[in-house]
Amino acid sequence: MMGRDLLGIEDLERADIERILETAERMQEVGLRDVKKVPTLRGRTIVNLFFESSTRTRTSFEIAGKRLSADVVNFSPSSSSLKKEESILDTARVLDAMAPDAVVVRHAVAGVPKRIADVLGAPVINAGDGAHEHPTQALLDLLTVLQEKGRIDGLTVAIVGDILHSRVARSNIYAFTKLGAEVRVAAPPTMIPAAVETLGVKAFASLREALDGADVVMMLRIQRERLAGAYVPSIREYSATFGLDRTKLRYAKDDAIVMHPGPVNRGVEIAHDLADGRPSVILDQVRNGVALRMAVLYLLAGRRSPAQEG
Amino acid sequence: MRDVARPSARSDPERPAAPPAASERVVLDDTAIRRALVRIAHEIVERNDSIDRLYLVAIPNGGVPLARQLADNLREIAGLELPVGVLDTTLYRDDLAGSGERPPLRRTEMPSAVDDRVVVLVDDVANTGRTIRAAMDALMDFGRPRGVQVVALVDRGHRELPIRIDFVGKNIPTHAREQVVLRGREGGLEGPLEVVVASPSERGVGA
Repeated sequence: MMGRDLLGIEDLERADIERILETAERMQEVGLRDVKKVPTLRGRTIVNLFFESSTRTRTSFEIAGKRLSADVVNFSPSSSSLKKEESILDTARVLDAMAPDAVVVRHAVAGVPKRIADVLGAPVINAGDGAHEHPTQALLDLLTVLQEKGRIDGLTVAIVGDILHSRVARSNIYAFTKLGAEVRVAAPPTMIPAAVETLGVKAFASLREALDGADVVMMLRIQRERLAGAYVPSIREYSATFGLDRTKLRYAKDDAIVMHPGPVNRGVEIAHDLADGRPSVILDQVRNGVALRMAVLYLLAGRRSPAQEG
Repeated sequence: MRDVARPSARSDPERPAAPPAASERVVLDDTAIRRALVRIAHEIVERNDSIDRLYLVAIPNGGVPLARQLADNLREIAGLELPVGVLDTTLYRDDLAGSGERPPLRRTEMPSAVDDRVVVLVDDVANTGRTIRAAMDALMDFGRPRGVQVVALVDRGHRELPIRIDFVGKNIPTHAREQVVLRGREGGLEGPLEVVVASPSERGVGA
């Protein structure tokens, strides 16, 4: 079964993913109660170690930890003072000396959570590292689709946007293919990694073809600074070609849902009126994020087994 | 499997209800279970003044078919339509501090408020009292019941906490190493039920 850490979906077996999702479904009931708190992680400490700021993800982990009665400490060193790996690992060692029961790590550089996990006694949960992975986002996306569609197996999922720089896309490609969905990616060719098809997905340069018959349309956030000429001519052109509105959504199945990891650039990747309410499930994703992170913390926090190799 | 500490049957159809054991004896068959639940229903009516305030809350998985049966019996005896809830105690367990795998969560479904209700917790096998303690803590998170009573189909009696079972189907003295399991004949918790006592095989001892 699952290892000590959650560093990426790539490392997980299908059974691990299913176990996390089942646990998250149970955790949702806690969020519907009047008293939204259970004593499960009482006396345990969870550190949110965010080198890159992300109010949403950090808050989601914080609420998840608190609903399980853990003490949650937010530690956000400015990344400018911590560029060197040595100082990052020093920070991790200092934290480890305070005996946390889980450390949630976000960093702009791929692989940092793994390096930290190698020196820590506590389980490490990757909350996003560079363009590598964002496993809890992919898991909450699975949970959301599962609730909407009742299954993952056999669905067609189109991921649209900057696949090249997106950890959300990467994690979701692993997650949905492992559970038997057909995954397509659509973007300008400059934004699709060279060997993306080795990940088991089909790449499209046409939004229309990618959406044809899709059950799920997942839009990615466009980083405006990346769009300044280097990858696409202009935001307006990107939006006209790869932005989603109700007209283009008709290419997908009639009951297709629209997802976005947030924050949404309204009018860029998604039309204003499409971001709110059906068929968009963006706020369900946020809601499910808390239950999903409760599940991950329940399964991992406080399990301080000796470093598991292999 | 790490579930030895809480010897309750599981409804997971893919999993056999009990690990292979050197010896296994049925201590309650389906008829005996039904009879015990009829008697307990009568006792519940006898013991409570305002029976319309009762709320049956099953501890999964074993408590669920028993609570359903009790609700049927109470409908026949007293014409009552009582709410039946399901309350998972896993998140309230006192043995989660270890470094092992976390136990799977079960369903919780509380259809009515517990405030001012007399909650009757229904479990299959009572032993240490730790599950009942966890269930009471969980219950308090849902409100302030007027009272809490406990039904156990089987009481093994190795109590570690000062907890009393109000309605017992059958007292069954067992060795702490033995397992007492409620299960259906097909392995799940559907159809005819039985309670078996399983003694661990020699190899299983101390494992």
